[in-house]
Amino acid sequence: MGRTLAEKIIARAAGRDFVQPGQIVTCRVDLAMVHDSSGPRRHKAMLEQLGAKPWDVSRIVVVTDHYVPAFDAESAAILDLTRRWVRDEGVANFYDMEGICHVILPERGHLRPGMFAVGGDSHSPTAGAWGCFMFGIGATEMCGVLVTGEIWLKVPPTHLVRWNGRLGEGVAAKDIMLALCRDVGLGTVKYGVVEYTGSAVAASSMAERMVLTNMSAELGAQTGIIAPDRVTVEALAAAGVSVPEAASWQGDADAIYAKVWEFDASALVPQVAAPHSPANAAPVGDHRGVKIDQCYIGACTGAKLDDLRMAASILRGRKVARGTRLLVAPASQRITAAAAADGTLAALAEAGAILMPSGCGACAGYGAGVLAEREVCLSSTARNFKGRMGHSDSLVYLGSAYTVAASAVTGRITDPRPMLAEKVAA
Amino acid sequence: MNADRRPGRAFVFGDNVDTDALAPGLYMKGSIETLARHCLEALDSGFAGAVRPGDFVVGGENFGMGSSREQAAMVLRQLGVEAVIARSFAGLFFRNCLNLGLAPLECAGAGSIQSGDVLTVDPVAGRIINRSRAQTYSCVPIPDHLLEMVKDGGLLPHLAKKLERQRDVS
Repeated sequence: MGRTLAEKIIARAAGRDFVQPGQIVTCRVDLAMVHDSSGPRRHKAMLEQLGAKPWDVSRIVVVTDHYVPAFDAESAAILDLTRRWVRDEGVANFYDMEGICHVILPERGHLRPGMFAVGGDSHSPTAGAWGCFMFGIGATEMCGVLVTGEIWLKVPPTHLVRWNGRLGEGVAAKDIMLALCRDVGLGTVKYGVVEYTGSAVAASSMAERMVLTNMSAELGAQTGIIAPDRVTVEALAAAGVSVPEAASWQGDADAIYAKVWEFDASALVPQVAAPHSPANAAPVGDHRGVKIDQCYIGACTGAKLDDLRMAASILRGRKVARGTRLLVAPASQRITAAAAADGTLAALAEAGAILMPSGCGACAGYGAGVLAEREVCLSSTARNFKGRMGHSDSLVYLGSAYTVAASAVTGRITDPRPMLAEKVAA
Repeated sequence: MNADRRPGRAFVFGDNVDTDALAPGLYMKGSIETLARHCLEALDSGFAGAVRPGDFVVGGENFGMGSSREQAAMVLRQLGVEAVIARSFAGLFFRNCLNLGLAPLECAGAGSIQSGDVLTVDPVAGRIINRSRAQTYSCVPIPDHLLEMVKDGGLLPHLAKKLERQRDVS
């Protein structure tokens, strides 16, 4: 019987020939990632209480991204504790204020197709774009992994989501995910796996694929995954990872899927999700004219180099509207450097964007850029739950970096496509 | 997660109760006591002040969606919430509850429970009695492979026991 890609990875990690959905298995963990909020700050005391040490520090990656840079005594103490734990335990894979964990992992060559990994963060499915099975867990469960190197799993069924056709100009992976949050729903896949396929996925960059797997969390999936192809292998090579067998990690042609969902990318228009749910997505035109106080391009979902370039393509020769602020927090230090080298940052800065440190920042209401009561924000991030980005009576809309940039120019929710067409015509 | 079946009141919320509402990011760097005072305030500003030890939180579909932050479950335990009852749970939150010794009870009848109803719950038998409405609901039993951990009070005490056994052997 055919197996999905996720089932093959789980079977390998469980030391079995095959597994089937619903089966309870124990898997060996290839990589465990934690950050400053869910990591040492939480598991250090637990490990001490148990009198236990990490099972294999070479398989642990620690990233500071939630409380960076420190903004008060408490956040400074959290970062200090993280650095001390890393030093005391001899963790070599430590990235201190260098970027957001889900972006750092592939950027620094930690991911390989076929890997079974866990992360102390719900957007850990991001790694699925690289053909990994990676999912988020809480700090206590992470402590269990750190002690044993193992985790139990109820083998999830796989949903196949196929996007054929070609995305139009000004339409991005973010629009795909907002449409899916609406059309598939936030809990429908019930902690299953979402595997993305189709010509629109094949044509997309790794950064855009990472938006698909990242927001699988919003669909209620345990994780998202994309089978590796030439784009994956080339991106791995660029990150210094040579995996000759990478492309062998594929689902079988006769694999059994819980459901196959079909969508047409060429029919998709830019989407905007209204407060307070990503499922409140609608074509951008439905929200046209909504006045915006803050535009935010940031987080693991929406501030990779592709996003910054999308924003720059809109903002070149234009200015952020008076009465609106545009905050841009590139997802990693290397992305900042690349955006500086190719002129992207200059375009953003000249338009009036405010550049922020690389980190999770305002997305989860942790860092600078949070909202006041009744303020309205349009954000390239993944979640617009009530109160997430600041005051519980603030309002957050979600859209792509194109849509956020175009809306920053007018101060109101705006379809980016006419601005892009105007630029092409000029 | 004891089974002493004390009656408690139901605090009812809707579908898709998210982890940011349970454990707001603005207070995540503080103590669990501080965080608990803001639990669910975005949905019901009076909740944290009104809930008493032994009460129950009831939701609809996909309860606990969003973040991996297990403080979303910890704050409920901190406030003395005896169990969370919902039509369905987000997978990550469900795992966190079990690991922390807070019973997540998946119950098709959760929609019949109204705020203020008095319930008694037997998490191991998977039974909820609604005293206010003279109704009984059954819940999905806690998976067999997790029963021992749940009986131990969560993952940490379970691990401590396991490590103790290993040390005794060696």
